[in-house]
Parts: sequence; C-alpha cells; structure tokens
Amino acid sequence: MNGALPAIEITPSLLMVVALAGIAALAAVGVIAFNNPIRSALCLVVNFFMLAALYFTLNAEMIGVTQVVVYTGAIMVLFLFVIMLLNLGAPIVKPEAKEPQTLVGLLLGVVLFGVVGSQLLPPLLSVVKVGAADNYGSPEALGRTLFTQYMFPFEAVSILLLIGVVGSIMLAKRRI
Amino acid sequence: MNGVPIALYLGLGLFMFTIGVVGVVIRRNPIVIFMCIELMLNAVNLTFVTFARYQMSPVPAGGMARESSMMAGQMMVTFVMAVAAAEVAVGLGIMMAIFRLRQNIDVDELNILRG
Amino acid sequence: MIDLILQLPPVVQAVIRALMFVIVAFTMVPVSIWLERRLLSWMQDRIGPNRVGNITFSTTSKRVPAFLKGKKIHLFGILQPIADGVKSFFKEDLAPKNVDHFLFFIAPVVSLFPALALGATIPWGPWTDLTPVADVNIGVLYILAISSLGVYGVVLAGYSSNNKYALLGGLRASAQLISYELAMSMAVAAVVMTTGSLRPTQIVAEQSGPLWGIAPGLQNWNIFTPTGFVAGVIFLICMVAETNRAPFDLPECESELIGGYNTEYTTKKWVLFMMGEYVAMVTYGAIFATLFLGGWNVVPIRWSFLAEQEPVLATPLGWMNGLNMYLAPVWLIGKVLLIIASYIWARATLPRLRYDQLMSLGWKSLLPLGTANLILVGLWMVATRVGGPVVGWAAWAVASGIVYALYTLIKKTVSADAPSLAPRTIRLDHSPAVKPVPEPAEPVSVAS
Repeated sequence: MNGALPAIEITPSLLMVVALAGIAALAAVGVIAFNNPIRSALCLVVNFFMLAALYFTLNAEMIGVTQVVVYTGAIMVLFLFVIMLLNLGAPIVKPEAKEPQTLVGLLLGVVLFGVVGSQLLPPLLSVVKVGAADNYGSPEALGRTLFTQYMFPFEAVSILLLIGVVGSIMLAKRRI
Repeated sequence: MNGVPIALYLGLGLFMFTIGVVGVVIRRNPIVIFMCIELMLNAVNLTFVTFARYQMSPVPAGGMARESSMMAGQMMVTFVMAVAAAEVAVGLGIMMAIFRLRQNIDVDELNILRG
Repeated sequence: MIDLILQLPPVVQAVIRALMFVIVAFTMVPVSIWLERRLLSWMQDRIGPNRVGNITFSTTSKRVPAFLKGKKIHLFGILQPIADGVKSFFKEDLAPKNVDHFLFFIAPVVSLFPALALGATIPWGPWTDLTPVADVNIGVLYILAISSLGVYGVVLAGYSSNNKYALLGGLRASAQLISYELAMSMAVAAVVMTTGSLRPTQIVAEQSGPLWGIAPGLQNWNIFTPTGFVAGVIFLICMVAETNRAPFDLPECESELIGGYNTEYTTKKWVLFMMGEYVAMVTYGAIFATLFLGGWNVVPIRWSFLAEQEPVLATPLGWMNGLNMYLAPVWLIGKVLLIIASYIWARATLPRLRYDQLMSLGWKSLLPLGTANLILVGLWMVATRVGGPVVGWAAWAVASGIVYALYTLIKKTVSADAPSLAPRTIRLDHSPAVKPVPEPAEPVSVAS
C-alpha cells in the first residue's frame, strides 16, 4: 500500500504547512481533552490562529485576516468572557463523570476518520498543483465579488447579524 | 501552496471535524460543546478555501465563469464566519440565561422540558 | 548600505527590517517612561524624578579639569527608567500558591506580543526596501486583527491569578476592548474608504496629495479633512482605551481594584506588562501618525510641487524636500512622542470613567458617530466623483447638517422626561460648618 503512494518532494513550504497543521491538530485535540473550559478555549484560540496561518499559505490573505479578527479577536474573547463571568474556569474544576458514552464517542470518531479518510485522502496525495490565480484572495477580488454577485446574501447576513444583536440583548436582560 | 498535497489540508479539515463531532458526543459542558461546533465550522471553512485554491476543473460550457467559481469558496467562508458570529452571540446569551435559572450548566441536567 | 542589505537572502532581509522596528520600539520605552514621569509631575505641579543621571564632578580629583571641579550637570533624571528597571529586576520574584502556573507565566509574554507585532505594516520612511517590515495588501486589517489580540494577555493574567480583583480586571478588560474595537474599525474604515487601499504605504502616499483636492501646495493629511478629523478623534479615544491607559484604565484601576489584572504580578513579569503597555502606546502612536498625520512627512507642505511652481525658490525648496525625505524616521518619532505627550496630558487631566460611562461612550457615542461618518464619507466620495471637489464638500456639509439636526431631534425626543444633568447649585438651609465664634465678652465699661 505504501509503495503505491506517490512520492512527495520535501520542500520548505511543505514542512511549514505540516508544522502549522500539526499544531492546529494538537490544539484541536486539546479542546476536548482539557477538563478546564478556559484551557479548552485557549487551545481553540491557538487552533484558529494556526488556521489563519494556513489560509495565508493558501494565498487567501483576506480570509486569513478575517479569521483572526472574527474568531480569535471577537468570538473567543466572548467565550472567555462568559466562562470567567460564570466562573466555570475556577482553578479546581469538578471532573466530568467517566461514562461508557465517552468510549463509544471516541470509537465513533475513529471510525468516522478512518472510513472517510481512507477513501478520500490517498488519491488526493498526488494533487500538488494549485489552480487559482495567486491574487484570488486579495481584498480587491473578494470585495468585488461580494458586492456584485453575492449582494443579496451579503444583505441577508447583515440582517441576520442585526437579529442576533437584538436576540442576545433580549436574552441577556434580566427584566425586559 | 505549490508542492503541498491537497490531502494535507483536507486531512486536517477531516481531523478537526472528527474532533468536533467527538467533543459534542463526549463532553457535558455546553460551552465546550459550543466550541466543538465552532471547530467543525472551521474545519469546513478550511476545506472550502482549500478547494477554492486547488480547483483545476475547466469551465463547463454555460456554467459559471472560472473567476466566480474560484470566489465561491471564499464567499461561503465569509458567510459562515458572519453566521458563526451571530450564532455565538445568541448561544452564549442562552447559556447566560440558563445559568441564571439553574446556577449550573451541565447538559445532562437540563431536563425541565421532559414530560 | 541599502544595496548591501538587498544582496542578502530574503529571510535575513526580513529579519533586519523587523529588528529595525523592534529595536526602535524598545528604545522608545524608557524615553516615554521618562517623558511620562517628568511631564506628569510638571502638570501636577510636582518636581518629579530629577536626581538619577545627574553628574557631579569631584572637587579633589586631579583627573577632573579645573573648570569642571565641583560642577554639577543636571540631566532631569534621564536615567530614572534604568534605575526603575534595575530595581524591578532585583526584587524578589514571587507568585501566590494557588495560581495557574503555566498561564500565570505566559500571560505577560502574550500581552507583549501584539504590541510588538502591531508595527509590522507601519512605514517609517520613503525607502520601500527597508520599510515597512511587510508591505502587505491587508495592512490596515492586519493592524485591527493584531490589536484585537491585545486582550488575551490581560484576560489570562486576570484569570490565572486566582484573585477576585484580578478576575474583575480581566472581565472589564475583555468587555472594554471588544467595545472599543468596533468604533476603532469604523474610524479606520473611513480612512480606508477615502484612500481606496488597505496598504499603509498607499495611505501615506495618498495623504501627500493636494489638500481637499483644492489647495495644491498643501498635503491632504487625513486629520485636516472634516471626515478624517472625526475619524481621527474617534481613533484617538479608542486608541487610549485599547492600551488601557487613563482615563480608560478600568482594568488596572488602582483605587478600586488594587491593580486589576496585575495585582499578583511582581518584578520581571510586571515589567513585561508595563513594557507591553508602553510599546503599545508607541506603536499605536505610529499607527495614528500613519493613518491621520501624513505618516513620515514633517509638515503638510508639498515641497516638490512648490519647487516646480516657483523656479526661483527651487533650491531651498529642494533642500526642504530632501530634509523631509531623509530624516523621515525622526519626524515619525517626533509625531509619536507628541501623541504620547497627549496620552499623558489626558491622564493628568481627565478623571477615570465609571464602567457604565465607559460602555455608553463606546456604544452610544463613538460607534454611531463612526457609522454616520462612514456614510458621510461614502456620500462625499460619490459627490466628488460626479461634480468635483467643491460639489463633494458642499454635499458633505449639507449631509452633516442633516445628520446633526436628526441627532438633536432624536436626543430631544429620547431625553424629554429624563432628569436634567445640568450642573446646579444646591442651597443648604443651614449655613455650612463654621467655626463657632465665641460670644463676645460683655463690653467692659472702662470708663465710669
């Protein structure tokens, strides 16, 4: 089986992507492995940061920087704020009960990864050539498409965000 | 990036998605479950951007121009991010409301709707 | 020298560019600490540090020339920051027993990182090979992204200290920084719209165009245009809030929270926090100068244009142009020092905001103002494209008049039955405490 795999040339860029992906994967494991929600949240921050770096390696710089602004800059700060406000991250955290579900869940995960990965990934190992133009992720390209072809979804999303704002205020208020 | 197999990015995406699924199944803390959902969304985002970057297919006759099919993945990611932001705001608001009601947010104990 | 650097491999060039920025930023830290201590003491009518660094020559030594014997040279305490640093490093480094050790250790580092990384896209001169560290097409967004990471150091410190005051400081910091991030983005978006580029070098280049599109001899610094002025004020306020400086220093607020997030920190770790704060002040100052104050240009005059117009004065104007170009870093540092001085001025003048005042300033004043400004910028751009600069500014003036009228109308409607907050005099029905005057003694009649 191993002989059938195409030989991949080791280049500095490949090593860099492997390193970034490795850190991202480790951080992803940390999210579910840590008992303390604060630790989980920090692992998720690291993961998102590495994802932003991976977007940069894919030349999608606008998406990468938006990832940092939206996810690490806003969403994860909100998570940390709520965890601290509810004091769930007190230094002594009650460990969650170990139950058979845990084992079943892990097994399910392994099966999911094994089945999809074994079918999908090996044939794609030989695809090493990028297709899109190098500037396909520049703010100009993204903005032009967003405000012409995707105008309606853009407006719809802005209304969704407005509804989100109103909804979260309603939920957070003690008394309306 | 040239010279990097697409399988590397897709493998990471699949791995993150799996971790997210496992986390939703095995964890009890709703905030961690929420984070796992974010993880899954990001796995999908990574897949979108990867395919946008590596897409090689010739333009189908009468189909979308190559230019815009290249952008479609990134557009999707942009919208996923916006929706995720709205979702987090509302979701964390719900969590705060539940905590105020019960002083405890273990998903297994939230059974007041059970008949 | 530039040729020499250009022969090196690209990675080494990038490291050199980064070092050039980082070294200057770190050198600015003691300078701004000294400036703060001296300026603050002057504003508060104190003497301030004035001893460290003074040179007193011996009266007896033979090595001292005669005219220096016993002379004292006053240097206004210029070495005080070094003395502070040495003192901090030799104190005992202690951490409480129940802190989360890993996070407690890593928090100061996390708070220093974004402060340094912020400056990566700031151009400090006209030389494109040397500056900025990375001239990327998302430079301004990069600044916003990195500045939003600044909250993590504070939040981690607040959480890991296992201390209620520190936790409160961290909570306040996260809410404050998220709130002011929005208004800041609005201010930056106005600048980006007028420039039409996210590249800081492009923004600086655009600001050397003719003022308002009308006056050809002057540079169009963003702070001089009405829209840019509003954006600049918003950015300045948000900048102070983002660096946790007074009057927005609620996260560390000594009078309520002991020290807020850095309550439990001592010595080197505390110094790292302070260093992060000062480096952030310096880099934010550089960002403000780049976005609003014309970058590295010293005065808003277009020397090269004037030299073309007035051939008689071509030579001195050419010199001025050269002075402007070749001393560019000096001018930028000068602007940064001015902005730091304004930080200190604000600290000496304004009392700290209350938490609800902080939130209502961010969400109810700055954010709507920034949004209105953004809309006006769009209107101005359209009008300018249609009818030229004069029509553009006329449209802007009319539109801002309408916005102001709407604002007063809304304010009147909303605050119709709100209690008046105007200053009033309270007349007490008893006279304030007066020293009881002793009853005058019975007049003694001396006569008779």
